Amino acid sequence: MKFAHAILALALASAAGAIAARPVDMRVNDSAVVDDGMPRKLSDYGFFTDAARQLPVKGVVPYRLNTPLWSDGAEKLRFVYVPAGMQAKADGEGLLQFPVGSALVKTFAFGEGSDRRLVETRVLLHRADGWIALPYLWNAEQTEATLAVAGARVPVTTPAGEQISYRVPNKNQCKECHGLDGVVTPIGPKARNLAPEWLASFNKAGHLDRMPDGVTPLPLWEDRAKVAPDLAARAYLEANCAHCHRPGATASNSGLDLRWEQHDPQAIGIMKHPVAAGRGAGDLTYDIVPGDPGQSILVFRMSSPEPGVAMPELGKQSVDRDGVDVVSRWISGMRD
Amino acid sequence: MRFLIGTAALALAAPAWAETITVDAGADAQQRLQEALILAQPGDEVVLGAGRFALDDGLSLDVDRVTLRGAGMDETVLDFTGQKDAGEGLLVTSDGVTLRDFAVENPRGDGIKSKGADDIVYYRVRVRWTAGPKATNGAYGIYPVESSNVLIDGVQVSGASDAGIYVGQSRKITIRNSIAEANVAGIEIENSRDALVENNLATRNTGGILVFDLPNLPVEGGGNVIVRGNLVVANDTPNFAPPGNIVASVRRGTGVLVMANDHVLVAHNWLVGNPTAQVMVVAYLKSFDDKRYNPYPRYVTVGHNHFERGGYDPQIGGKEALLAAFGGSLPPVLWDGLHDGNTPALALAEGVPGWTLNLTAQGQGVESARPGPLQAPAPEGKFDESGIGAPAELDARIR
Repeated sequence: MKFAHAILALALASAAGAIAARPVDMRVNDSAVVDDGMPRKLSDYGFFTDAARQLPVKGVVPYRLNTPLWSDGAEKLRFVYVPAGMQAKADGEGLLQFPVGSALVKTFAFGEGSDRRLVETRVLLHRADGWIALPYLWNAEQTEATLAVAGARVPVTTPAGEQISYRVPNKNQCKECHGLDGVVTPIGPKARNLAPEWLASFNKAGHLDRMPDGVTPLPLWEDRAKVAPDLAARAYLEANCAHCHRPGATASNSGLDLRWEQHDPQAIGIMKHPVAAGRGAGDLTYDIVPGDPGQSILVFRMSSPEPGVAMPELGKQSVDRDGVDVVSRWISGMRD
Repeated sequence: MRFLIGTAALALAAPAWAETITVDAGADAQQRLQEALILAQPGDEVVLGAGRFALDDGLSLDVDRVTLRGAGMDETVLDFTGQKDAGEGLLVTSDGVTLRDFAVENPRGDGIKSKGADDIVYYRVRVRWTAGPKATNGAYGIYPVESSNVLIDGVQVSGASDAGIYVGQSRKITIRNSIAEANVAGIEIENSRDALVENNLATRNTGGILVFDLPNLPVEGGGNVIVRGNLVVANDTPNFAPPGNIVASVRRGTGVLVMANDHVLVAHNWLVGNPTAQVMVVAYLKSFDDKRYNPYPRYVTVGHNHFERGGYDPQIGGKEALLAAFGGSLPPVLWDGLHDGNTPALALAEGVPGWTLNLTAQGQGVESARPGPLQAPAPEGKFDESGIGAPAELDARIR
């Protein structure tokens, strides 16, 4: 529900901003996006009219994912920017193909309402020589976010009430998740993980060349109890695991491929031995044992916060109980 | 000192000359060292001062041709005892990197992993879990994977709950002059080709040196491996691997294990005090579903080695009867009897004694063995060594 709220709030706030306060000439600083170098401040890009309230300038479009990546329960505010006069290209149900000059912006926040604190904003910039991923750390006053190439640790209280040392990833760690075949790539905005209505409006606004073909949307995360367990679980694994666990990515050598489109039982872990899991396997023998989540390494590693055991390896200091539940329910219902 | 300058330097184009960036131990070591590794330019050298670097997260390097150099494997210690995140102590994902003269202690996962990192040199690096062999230790000490051209020289690894020195899904590899002690597997070559394992000491591991291929991996077809001139001594630590891993099936007291591999030479090693088997040549043990995978040993040659005190306390069911039948200890070479059709599984140099389990089907349990003396053919011609080992160019970086 929080995601829906956030989007709604953004939409309202943006509308209000447009009427009241937004200067007509506020726009994105394209040279910060495309030129070499690493801008030191988030404000250098001009993505926001009011960054503290996360109100974007015209042309910076908020979006949500149907099933998102979980990051210690952080609220995520996502935006996409495509330069004026340019368009992203639809590519079936896969990633929208953004032109050079585009940016994806994701802000991580904890706390509700007036207690909300922005912790970090990650930007993915499409430059002539490829995508670059940079992390920005918000100051205590919430007036600016500053480049933190080496990342940081920030104490936060998660929505589950846990006190954690939240990890802002360093620039290399950005690539660990965003790396595919040696280059940085976006992960989230695949057509199948975006709302058809959003795609339609993005297309109507001129940012997308056409409506993507053949898209079966991933289920909405908040509908997880209502949809078939395999759909909810596979969508979760796609959004939370498959950026590494797929050919060409960080965990390719494991042979485990958790992409939505992978249907080979062994490849998705069913009765598959671990390869390099080490103590991450615990006392268990297979990634997934049909009918028995308690004997499945997948569930064991998702349920652990301990480095060396925990999966995902990055961006997780606590356990996603809802994620564990969804995957466990799916495995429980599997037949041999 | 470029990383200290910050903004101004960030905007500059890469300099045409290589720089030396010094990082000392002390407060904020995590931040300072990680920043140096990110802001280094290709060709730069990041020099670590002597002392203990207390690190609370994994480190990573993604810049080509960087050298990370400490003051010595006993002088510069990257201490990951307080690590809160990441799957390894140091992760390298760029090409042409040299890692030398430092130690990594108590990483929560793997020690140093290099993935898709070609032309890498590990020289006089130490990885150690200081509490000794424990199942809660990380899996691999030194862990190059999916890489070509790997030189590992003079390293020391102990305590790994899987393999001390592990090379997986890679080609053109040399591991030499190194010490692997008190790991489950001392040195392991997995799903890799063209590997030379030479002049190392493997002791107090569960198994000393392992060469094998596993199914259902992106890279298969391991082979062209030479295991030569190593001291494989007293590998008698009870297996402490987590049960789901393949090395959990390694029997305590295995000297050299060759499983499901093609063209492997085991020669001129000193194999002493390995109580289950000095050399074991077997097919993959488990059932599998993978059409690309060949589970059998093919063209394995066991040449002349020094065999002493082996097979005296085998971790094999019915060992009393076996020991009695073979006169107190088992012959040094154990074969499971399985082979791939008409392709010979192994050849033994003249006078090398062996025994066979006489299994008849892959995946069959040892309990159905019909043990007997092994009559294997002598090697035909010289083992073809061409193309095996890391390219000689890598040697230049350790002179």
